[in-house]
Amino acid sequence: MATAAEIAAEEFTCVVERHRPQIFRFLLASTRDMDLAETLTQECFLKAHRNWGSFRGESSAMTWLMRIAINLQKDHWRNRRMQFWRQTQNNAVDLDEASEWLSSGEASAEKQLLAQEQVRQVWTSVKGLSERQRTVFLLRYVEEQELSEIALATGLSEGTVKAHLSRALGRVRAELGGKR
Amino acid sequence: MSWARRRTDEPEKANAVAELNDPPENLAVEEALKNFRMSVHAWSDAAYTRPRTQMQVVRHRSWRLATGWALAAVLAVGGVSGGMLEHEQKLERARMVAAARLAEQQKAIRDQQAKEEEDLMAKVDSDVSRQVPSAMEPLAQLMDDASK
Repeated sequence: MATAAEIAAEEFTCVVERHRPQIFRFLLASTRDMDLAETLTQECFLKAHRNWGSFRGESSAMTWLMRIAINLQKDHWRNRRMQFWRQTQNNAVDLDEASEWLSSGEASAEKQLLAQEQVRQVWTSVKGLSERQRTVFLLRYVEEQELSEIALATGLSEGTVKAHLSRALGRVRAELGGKR
Repeated sequence: MSWARRRTDEPEKANAVAELNDPPENLAVEEALKNFRMSVHAWSDAAYTRPRTQMQVVRHRSWRLATGWALAAVLAVGGVSGGMLEHEQKLERARMVAAARLAEQQKAIRDQQAKEEEDLMAKVDSDVSRQVPSAMEPLAQLMDDASK
């Protein structure tokens, strides 16, 4: 018969397998740095493992993990002890490289070029956003989270989340509109 | 520092809500956001499943470590053997010097003994030549008288 600790460990393993790709994707989109995203993802699950016993299920595991990831990311950039890593922000791929990724091979070359250009413009807008706006924008339009989930993950009110989204969307519109 | 504590964006909420209530009227924006999402997903999937270079790095590190240890071992063995060889040579030289000194000392002693023996023999010869044995005394007196 499995002990409570064994059950908890098994549950946590399931959580890791299920949510790790999504946490990694969010961190990758936030940092545009694969190595940094991997490091922060590992830290996120390490922290989650340490605190798994205190997780009471008040929000979904995904929201809880995302909150940890967001805090780690903030700490990462703000921590003075990690000054070195700030300088390595240059490891982030440039916008053109990030825009090269397109999922569908079905579209024509012309459509692919158009899509690539659109993606590049959105990346340009995202780069110009504040940290909060970028986080909220990515959670909404890349992770497709509900506003209530974003509010829980970021610790903001839903109204504030909407405000950030509005600003971010305004920038995207301006970028897309201005370039056409 | 929690984001929830900072409320600088509150006055803009009404405007934001109004903007969000309008679905992205612009199809281009909607399409761009969709392409963006798909692009990030594709990139993330590729990055997530990419072969990790960590093993290679570890292997490189282990090779470097092994090479370092091997070099250190060679240097240590070389140093120790060199030291031992030099020590042996020093001992050999010291042994030779000591043997040479001993030989010199022995030669000097032998020379001294030979000289002492020679001196003794010379003294004995001299003493013997001056004294006349008692058995020859009458003959000696006779010779003295005849010469007178």
